[in-house]
Amino acid sequence: MQTYEKIIELTDVNFAYSHGTTVLEGICLTVNRGDRAGIIGANGSGKTTLFHLIMGLLKPISGSIHIFGQDVREEKDFYTVRRRIGLLFQNPGDQLFCPTVLEDVAFGPLNLGRSAAEAKSIAQKTLTALGIADFGHRISHKLSHGEKKLVALAGILAMDPEVLILDEPTAGLDQATKSRLIEIIDHLGLTLVIASHDMDFLSKMAGVFYNLKGGRIGGSKTTITPARSGCMTCPGPL
Amino acid sequence: MDIENATPGRSPLDLLDARTRLLGAVIFSIVTAFLTTPCALAMALALALLFAALARPAFRILLRHLFAFNLFLVFLWLFVPWSMPGERAFGIWGLSVSREGIHYMAMVTLRANALVLALLALMAATPVTAMTRAMSGLKVPDKLTYLFFLTYRYIDEISGEYVRLVNAMRIRCFRPDTSIHTYRSYAYLVGMLLVNSFERAQLIRSAMLCRGFTGRFPRIEGDKISRLDVLVLFVLSVLLAGIVYADI
Repeated sequence: MQTYEKIIELTDVNFAYSHGTTVLEGICLTVNRGDRAGIIGANGSGKTTLFHLIMGLLKPISGSIHIFGQDVREEKDFYTVRRRIGLLFQNPGDQLFCPTVLEDVAFGPLNLGRSAAEAKSIAQKTLTALGIADFGHRISHKLSHGEKKLVALAGILAMDPEVLILDEPTAGLDQATKSRLIEIIDHLGLTLVIASHDMDFLSKMAGVFYNLKGGRIGGSKTTITPARSGCMTCPGPL
Repeated sequence: MDIENATPGRSPLDLLDARTRLLGAVIFSIVTAFLTTPCALAMALALALLFAALARPAFRILLRHLFAFNLFLVFLWLFVPWSMPGERAFGIWGLSVSREGIHYMAMVTLRANALVLALLALMAATPVTAMTRAMSGLKVPDKLTYLFFLTYRYIDEISGEYVRLVNAMRIRCFRPDTSIHTYRSYAYLVGMLLVNSFERAQLIRSAMLCRGFTGRFPRIEGDKISRLDVLVLFVLSVLLAGIVYADI
């Protein structure tokens, strides 16, 4: 497999919802292999929208998105993206939909063409690696918020991604679960993109920081600017 | 709901009280439902087109709704003219098409389009909160009003839940095909949709109870019926009376 230095590259991406609210304007962002990018932004600044654009859940109205060196536009372009980039939703409740934990974690590997037995074994291994080996037969929607978060993460990790995108990963977690999450993610050694306004968490996890500023309401432009040295953005149109 | 965004700018209909629009839509629907001649139905359709023009909807959304609806009518056109007994109009492939069948379907098409257009123009573009107020203003029973409001509100909620779950499936590379895995996943999706929606509904109910909900939504603004409303209802009644007269 060819290794591309640039993993995610957004150039002058604009996005507005169909009801007319402009969320992102002139976004430029580059994430290289091995980066740990932290994205800081207020509520409603478009962090989730940005991630959904990267995963192809939303389509930009203009601008280009290159992932692993490929120009991605159509739904089929994103199949590879989703294979290699894992997105952890802000609300883990939105991510779990199989009745039991084991089935949910096995869902991704099954989609990647693994056999039922392989998928089950991968799922069990992933759960064990996250220290929740005994969760397999629990009912997924009856878990606590923190437990759901770990299971959702297991569901992503079971697909063996190269990049992990975390949308407000610490939101609503207690200190113990948070520390556990930090420890797990830290040891994975994956390329990370993390959106959070938990500065304590972000400073521990990320090496490069970006500010996502600007309004949801049209008028002002949204730009990602490096908050520290190590600027990897192209100069967006201001 | 996209239909609410169908009227982005101000439309002359916004000047009317929601009660006027609701009442107008009800009278129009009742009259149109009982018309018996194509001529009177064509007049009703013309009136509905006038409403639609006044509502100034986004054209594409309006056309999309009309298209979807008329597609359904196309299927009726495919079957009814053959199967209705009556005087033979012409024959294709040995099947005879009856005059009565064509006449009947023409009536159905006119009537249905008139009703859909009028309802889209008068009611769909009205914000649901205004419609709820209008219903209670017109002394529609509370239970019916809240049933309407909450149904609307939760169709939206469930569709949001559905989108989130489908996204969760998509990011994990789910691609539907003909396999047990696909069917099982869809079954889980529907099951989880029900479970999540039910839990959310219970939470919202608790939140409402905690804030003192006793079965009535208080009204904040006192709407006033203006002279324009009275005038519009009067003109509408005269026009509809004219159509009824033409029908007899």
